[in-house]
Amino acid sequence: MFQVRIHGRGGQGVVTAAETLSIAAFLENKHAQAFPSFGSERMGAPVLAFCRISDKEIRLREPILEPDALIVQDPTAIDLPRVFIDVVPGGFVLINSPVPLVYQQQNITMKCIDATRIAIEQIGRPIPNAVLLGGFSALTGVVKIDSVIEAIKTKFFGTIAEKNICAAKVAYEKIIEES
Amino acid sequence: MLYQLEGSQAIAKAVVLCRPGVVCAYPITPQTHIVEGIGELIRSGDLSEGEFINVESEMAALSVAIGSQATGVRSYTATSSQGLLYMMEAVYNASGMELPIVMTLGNRTIGAPINIWNDHSDAMAARDAGWIMLFAETNQEALDLHIQAFKIAEKMLCPTMICVDGFILTHAYERVDIPFQEEVDEFLPPYVPNIYMDERNPIAVGAMVSPEYFMEVRYLAHRKQTDALEIISLVSDEFKRQFSRDSGGLLRKYHTDNAKTVVIAMGSVSGTIKDVVDELNASGEMFGVVSLVSYRPFPSAALRMVLKNVAKVIVVEKAFALGIGGFLSQEVELALKDIDVRVISVVAGIGGRSITRNLLKECFLKRTHEQITFLGLKEDIAAEKYTSLKLHYLGGMI
Repeated sequence: MFQVRIHGRGGQGVVTAAETLSIAAFLENKHAQAFPSFGSERMGAPVLAFCRISDKEIRLREPILEPDALIVQDPTAIDLPRVFIDVVPGGFVLINSPVPLVYQQQNITMKCIDATRIAIEQIGRPIPNAVLLGGFSALTGVVKIDSVIEAIKTKFFGTIAEKNICAAKVAYEKIIEES
Repeated sequence: MLYQLEGSQAIAKAVVLCRPGVVCAYPITPQTHIVEGIGELIRSGDLSEGEFINVESEMAALSVAIGSQATGVRSYTATSSQGLLYMMEAVYNASGMELPIVMTLGNRTIGAPINIWNDHSDAMAARDAGWIMLFAETNQEALDLHIQAFKIAEKMLCPTMICVDGFILTHAYERVDIPFQEEVDEFLPPYVPNIYMDERNPIAVGAMVSPEYFMEVRYLAHRKQTDALEIISLVSDEFKRQFSRDSGGLLRKYHTDNAKTVVIAMGSVSGTIKDVVDELNASGEMFGVVSLVSYRPFPSAALRMVLKNVAKVIVVEKAFALGIGGFLSQEVELALKDIDVRVISVVAGIGGRSITRNLLKECFLKRTHEQITFLGLKEDIAAEKYTSLKLHYLGGMI
């Protein structure tokens, strides 16, 4: 089982990101479970969402305490060094940041990407969720970028979907290039 | 067909597949997405013969459902928490008038203090209202139970409530298999009432019953509850034959055959418990799980059958009676009163408190148990506040 925790703020599409990721995994015939941190979905408030991906049926319903990957949509929403501790060895951290952040954390693959800037350029709005899902696909390989694109098409429509897909691709290619 | 969907949307689709003539509801977290979903499906023409009636309160929502059901129209509503309390007079009326309404309860605790998160306090407030009450473990089961619920309700002439854990299920995206309309139509034929309000053939519904007959009315309601046990099993069997899925029924067993300890729970927490039990059994323990689907009627005989050779029963329950203890554990104890087995109550998940594998594991492995365990209680804060609370009311007396 691969467990993903997404941190951000209300209005940044944190819950949508977890849901879209679960759809991407579903499209690859995997079992997936996405759920929000229940009820704190207010604009600007720190928000958490979770996604589990597995080859088997997922029965577990506890919050994700030891994620295999963290997606940080807004590094100011959380105490980063503290949540880093939760990530399992060999895990991944993807942070939305205009400047590279450096943390001494062994055995974790960390990447920073200016997802807000990419979102503004590609979508015209500072909503970094689709961008980060593209980056997540490149960083972890847990879901294919094509599945992310197909999943975005189920959550968004028309030009909004197209723009989010472009944004996700930009992030995907950027992370692939850097690794 | 398989979909990756939010629980609320899956329930909305299931309800629409059952072709209710009237849906009326008032939004309340965490039920809102269900009725929004149904509203959208009706607007987009998925339910050509159905009408969504907007109402001003939960009391009105169930009252409208009572009115439409009494005229012979399949009717549905949904609520949560305080919303259920607000409609409580109508909840009793629906069962007293023998109206087979189906209602979803997105389980949420009851304030004050206000809290929108999950536990089973709301369901427990309606436990003696004469409804059939079924608890879903997954979103697939929630969907399946709704399809079964209309059939059970209409066969029994008894309103049926499907309890779905708020947020944990209602807001969770997971894989669901949604049947086609023809399949649901085959399983659930159109509702044909035997007796209904009709201006050409007037009847009175809910007329006054005097002391000469009221006790008999209640006695019959009592017998109906126990008879519903059989119908719930039969409908679940029929569902399995048609859809090739185990859903519903009275209870579900998991590794109970050779178990020394069996954990009983209702709703979504059973999944987490099964994962814990697998882990413990892999290290040589002998645990089993019973997921109770039917809370009303309460399947006492079925429980006795499963638990007759068990040494210990641990009831994980998401609601309790203040000053007494868990509702479910009391009822399990009553069902097992002739069997030499210890029943332990573990109150968990109150007001949305996380129920984690680690907490459950530690609790299950304890050799001695308190009379009631409050899983994950912050003991230091509780002790400190209890001391000051006690000083306050004792101080007041002096």
